[in-house]
Amino acid sequence: MVSIIIRREYLERVKKKSFIFTTILMPILMLGLMVLPTLIMTMTEPDLRNIVVVDETGQIYAQLKSEANIHYSESEVGKSVDSLLGDEDVDAVLVIPGNVMDGNGMMKLYNKNASSLTMETQITSQVNDIVEQHKLSTYDIDNLSAILDAVKSDVTLQNIRADEDGATSESSTGLSYILGILLTFMLYILILLYGQMVMTSIIEEKNNRVLELIVSSVSPTKLMLGKICGIGLVAVTQIVLWGVLLALASVFVMPMVMSPQITADLAAIQSAGVDPAALSTDIDLLQALALLGDPMYIINLFGLLLLFLIGGFMLYAAIYAAIGSAVDNIQDASQLQSLTIAPIILGIIFGMSAGADPSSTIAVWTSIIPFTSPMVMMARVPFGIPAWEIILSIVLLYITFFVMVWIAAKIYRVGIFMYGKKPTVKELVKWVKYK
Amino acid sequence: MDLLNIDNVTKVFGTYHALDKVSLTVPEGKVYGLLGPNGAGKTTLIRIINHITAPDSGQVIFDGHKLTHADVAHIGYLPEERGLYKKMKVGEQALFFAQLKGLSRADATRELKRWFEHFDISSWWNRKVSELSKGMAQKVQFIVTVLHRPKLLIFDEPFSGFDPINANLLRDEILRLAADGATVIFSTHNMASVEEICDTITLINKGHNILTGDVETLRREFADGRYTLTFTGDERSLLDTLSPAVSQTDVSVGESGDKILDLRLAAGASLRDVIGLANPIVEIRSVNEKKASMNDIFIEAVSRSNS
Repeated sequence: MVSIIIRREYLERVKKKSFIFTTILMPILMLGLMVLPTLIMTMTEPDLRNIVVVDETGQIYAQLKSEANIHYSESEVGKSVDSLLGDEDVDAVLVIPGNVMDGNGMMKLYNKNASSLTMETQITSQVNDIVEQHKLSTYDIDNLSAILDAVKSDVTLQNIRADEDGATSESSTGLSYILGILLTFMLYILILLYGQMVMTSIIEEKNNRVLELIVSSVSPTKLMLGKICGIGLVAVTQIVLWGVLLALASVFVMPMVMSPQITADLAAIQSAGVDPAALSTDIDLLQALALLGDPMYIINLFGLLLLFLIGGFMLYAAIYAAIGSAVDNIQDASQLQSLTIAPIILGIIFGMSAGADPSSTIAVWTSIIPFTSPMVMMARVPFGIPAWEIILSIVLLYITFFVMVWIAAKIYRVGIFMYGKKPTVKELVKWVKYK
Repeated sequence: MDLLNIDNVTKVFGTYHALDKVSLTVPEGKVYGLLGPNGAGKTTLIRIINHITAPDSGQVIFDGHKLTHADVAHIGYLPEERGLYKKMKVGEQALFFAQLKGLSRADATRELKRWFEHFDISSWWNRKVSELSKGMAQKVQFIVTVLHRPKLLIFDEPFSGFDPINANLLRDEILRLAADGATVIFSTHNMASVEEICDTITLINKGHNILTGDVETLRREFADGRYTLTFTGDERSLLDTLSPAVSQTDVSVGESGDKILDLRLAAGASLRDVIGLANPIVEIRSVNEKKASMNDIFIEAVSRSNS
């Protein structure tokens, strides 16, 4: 019986064009959002700005070098800033006061249009370099610049996680953070989206009065379970499809787009015992690529994501089902919905802080307590955490969802026959006690 | 034999007694009317029979054993408030409901095709429900209700939303199903259709069973010795002669010019006395027993139980 309900709920949604559309297009869209800004930046030529320099030190202008987006020119002697700006070709006037040579003066940039942060940084760093060089030269030490070059250091940090059993694995904190936040948001969106789908679909059935026909064949509890499972399967299908797409991309697409140099370095880092300093590519990037290029890693991550998605979805879908059964329309549901939205939002907040510090006490606890645990745990998982924490979290989550489904079924079987009155939480509790 | 036996069933919501020790017996193969004012507890009782809700006390015996959820496969229920999934196709949806009742996909498809042809609606199979009119959707719901050949059929206001032609079509189908051996529970506020269809009725008011009985017997009982006597002749002397035997009289003139006397027997008098007294005075054209309408019975029984 339940399988017939699940089948209907599942097929109705999976066959929809919008499902196929979002499942395939969403990753492409997200990728596009990440890549597009960089692409636009490299494609468009920066505007050239003409800056007239009023150099009161008399030393700096001569050493200023025009860059791709800035062209410096010296002002004629005795002209005021206003009259300089009057010239159509001039975009800005840079006034360098005499005390700049001491290393702490303040320059002024008069702009016709909005200034840009990049331009300001370019100007100050050039001027600072010039001043530093000038000051160094006053010390009159031989080979000073050669000494300075020799002194410069370039220390990097490679993060190696030591497990209790003594095994070590390389990890990238930057990648873990991004992955964690990404997974947390994914769970958040899926739980909210599909949870609310359960609620609206129940409200719709109630308004349709199709419910009355169905419950004469199937018990209300089975109908509710069938609906939750059917919609849950849709979410699982979506995640699995995304996982497959990502795994395919990591196996086939990544090697194609990477430069030969990176590929060589990647092969080097994957075979142990290579000194990272000998590689020409940034070590953090390499570690990230190595992980993403490893299908096993992705499958593991998606496996955990699935477990937490199912647990979290079932828990919240049960609450959403109870709410949906109790009200007549979406408007009435908004107040009761805070019962689900508040903990979900808390989950995402704790998830973000767990991404910043995955082993803090609050992160550990909120990743074990159900309600917030799916979101927070997924933020921590990429950093590598003890297995017992994950197992405890999953066990607690699944126990809670079983209890919640049981309670929701009690409310549901009363709620679906209640029309016209918006129930309070107190009444919902009373319904649970009905025989 | 009795197909359904409701024994002392009570259902309480909070402090509200929806059903209070209701008992009734539905004989097999009959059309049983379940009547009552709005909010009397009919829907609650029907839901209990459908195993949708459980009674707080009392029991339901179906086909000789205690009602279990497995029995719903032998029950077909057409609720008053009924709907279909709007975006689903008609055929697919009918299949879904049939499978819920335990039919295999192949059996359901075969039976459905037969019914669709019978109602001449085969062309609807691939249409979405949202494209159907209310009456059209009701036909589909009717088919879904009876498709699995249930032993017990429950119809709650089946004719609402139907035009007279389709209502007749549906009534004939219900009577045919009953003739084929199905037991029918029929709940409605349309008392004319109760007289037409039902063998037995139970009237529920405020959660109590206030009246049960055979429709013909009840109509006679509630007529309470009322007859119409059609005659030609002098009404004055007739009334004088009859006065010891009748308690109420009313004379009118019928279409054919004959006079019609509505009378009610006095206590202890019989129809034979009346005919004996009238025969020498006037020419009697016909004597008819007057039956109470179900409408009158409904109103009288409910107001009696309310007072």
